[in-house]
Amino acid sequence: MRTWFPYPLLSLALLIMWLLLNQSLAPGSILIGLVLSMVLGWVTLKLHPARSHLQRIGRAVGFALEVIADIIRSNIAVASIILRSGRIPPIAGFLTVDLDLEDENALALLACIMTATPGTAWLEYDRRRKTLLFHVLDLQNEEVWLGTVKRYEAALKEIFQ
Amino acid sequence: MSHLTDLPTWAAVGVCGLLLFGAAMTLIGSLGLLRLSNFYERLHAPTIATSGGTILICLASMLCFAVLQSRWIFHELLIIFFVTVTTPVTLALLGQATLYRDRFEEENGVPRKHRPEGEKGPD
Repeated sequence: MRTWFPYPLLSLALLIMWLLLNQSLAPGSILIGLVLSMVLGWVTLKLHPARSHLQRIGRAVGFALEVIADIIRSNIAVASIILRSGRIPPIAGFLTVDLDLEDENALALLACIMTATPGTAWLEYDRRRKTLLFHVLDLQNEEVWLGTVKRYEAALKEIFQ
Repeated sequence: MSHLTDLPTWAAVGVCGLLLFGAAMTLIGSLGLLRLSNFYERLHAPTIATSGGTILICLASMLCFAVLQSRWIFHELLIIFFVTVTTPVTLALLGQATLYRDRFEEENGVPRKHRPEGEKGPD
């Protein structure tokens, strides 16, 4: 099984995506989907991605809900900042935070979350010093932002390690 | 697509509201590009369009076709997923490129890069 599908989860996701895009469960599309997921699994094997093991799926679901709530909240916050920016210019600035995440995939996920949330933008991660530089649009209280990143970090650490 | 008149009133109101709200979010995101003063601030504006705007407009489409029952509604979920996963790559790349340029030109207010002792960097 491992020789045919080196990354079973990835292959399964690709197969599901293919079936959803085609919107059919005909044998033909399932066959093409299987071949596609197998070939792309081999291609991924050549790329040597960092393997990580998901622990505690339940915690991951809770974390996803938390992130969705944060995205909604920050969407509204940033929209109001932009609408007010003619009168009150936003106080933006850079922040640095120490991260204690070893897992490459956890770091990538953190980058995705922070960029998908309007109001914070991932700029640079220093591998040697393990610090993250990011930009915040509304820098009225630094502590809140640092606390948010620390909260994400703790949750990701729990999920990935 | 020709059966849009079959849509019951409550669904039509919901679809209209979601569409208008999503379009407004996208507009605010674009307005942010125009109004905010420096590049790092402008980096935040398009994420409103890609997260809030995309999700609301896709929800409107899902509601419409779920009520009409004319097709599956999974395409929108795929759109939301891929837009959310791929925009951070672009934005992080743009941010890093700007940071590199600003450090190279020794712009004010940009944090310096920390270098270990004895190492000479390009900037």
